[in-house]
Amino acid sequence: MRFITLVNITRQDILKALDEVMDPEIPTISVVDLGIIRKVEIGDDCSVKITITPTFSGCPAIKTMENMVMDKLIEMGVTNSEVITTFEEPWNTNMISPKGIEGLKKHGLAPPEKHNGLVQIEILEKVKCPHCGSRNTTLKTPFGPTLCRSMHYCNECLNAFEQFKPVD
Amino acid sequence: MEYNDTQHKAVKEFLYKIADDQLIIGHRNSEWTGLGPMVEEDIAFSSIAQDKIGQSLHVYEILHSMGEADADTIAFTRNAAHYKCSHLVEHPIGEYDFSLMRNFLFNHAEHLRFEMLASSSISQLAFLAKKYKGEIKYHTMHSNTWIKQLGLANEESHARMQTALNETFNLALGIFEESEFALMLNEMNAFEGERALQEMWFETITPLLESASLKIPSISLLQPAYGGRKGYHTEYLQPLLDEMGAVFRLDPEAEW
Repeated sequence: MRFITLVNITRQDILKALDEVMDPEIPTISVVDLGIIRKVEIGDDCSVKITITPTFSGCPAIKTMENMVMDKLIEMGVTNSEVITTFEEPWNTNMISPKGIEGLKKHGLAPPEKHNGLVQIEILEKVKCPHCGSRNTTLKTPFGPTLCRSMHYCNECLNAFEQFKPVD
Repeated sequence: MEYNDTQHKAVKEFLYKIADDQLIIGHRNSEWTGLGPMVEEDIAFSSIAQDKIGQSLHVYEILHSMGEADADTIAFTRNAAHYKCSHLVEHPIGEYDFSLMRNFLFNHAEHLRFEMLASSSISQLAFLAKKYKGEIKYHTMHSNTWIKQLGLANEESHARMQTALNETFNLALGIFEESEFALMLNEMNAFEGERALQEMWFETITPLLESASLKIPSISLLQPAYGGRKGYHTEYLQPLLDEMGAVFRLDPEAEW
């Protein structure tokens, strides 16, 4: 376990530690890369307040993620901490980092395409297949095994695949 | 924003109306889990249910911050007379055509409502509205696809969708029952009003229904199903609430 002199704890230390907290359903992407850690505040008394926001408002994993973040802070030696969930800065798929995009691919998921703040539903058609890279694909259904995924079929390599679907 | 007593009451009533609609239609949608006509539809209805129930939770949390009970108590212990949902959402799921048409009419109204609310002076609600409209976009996409496919597929599917539309339309008009606080909410810049919403809704659904070759019943000849917003409900709501809250009421203190 790392030992950090708590007097000198920085935002970077915390983000580095939280980069080891993985999404409970997609173990190849951290909560930091997913973009749900919206604020890290360190008080004068070295207390830490983390603000997170859910990917989907009906996401059942949000409490689990709050607890995982809290556990990580405790592991770092931060005893005076608070984790809150708000919608003040709502999550959208553009908040996923480039490393996060790679993490999604590693899990076999097609990453969401970048959008300009407004998702046009048409971008769900012709999603790039994560297996063979073809865009000759068909949207089967915009709803998948979890709220954040849609289901597709590749007409080139004949594989079904899932996309982490774009949200604005 | 600081509210005086009447404003406080007006905002609370408005929030209850929104959240109750979402919770009840979410519960009805969840009744298709395991029964959908094909696996994709089973998943679609279950996902839409999960979205809507999750969305209602965060609106109930705003109410909690305004002094109401916590979300679970609000959702599971009130009886029908204290619910503010519209009659449309209370009806049993019926056949698949009925459930699809209900969702089509409801989802568009809901999507437009949250578009309006994204700039509401009720700031906590405005944050949620910005989030929700992106999620509901997938619900309207699902509805639009099926309305068009079944509206145009063959004689039987067309007839069934037309019948479903005829049966649900006056129920859907009940969504837009105006509140006694309408003027106040408008002046507070909280919500423009149900009438404005209904007009936008009608403009949105008309071309979609026409492209599915479905004929919209004449509004002037219909009696909108009002009453839900004031606590007067159909015979279907109380049995639903009894079932939905049964486990919670066994032990309200239980840790989950």
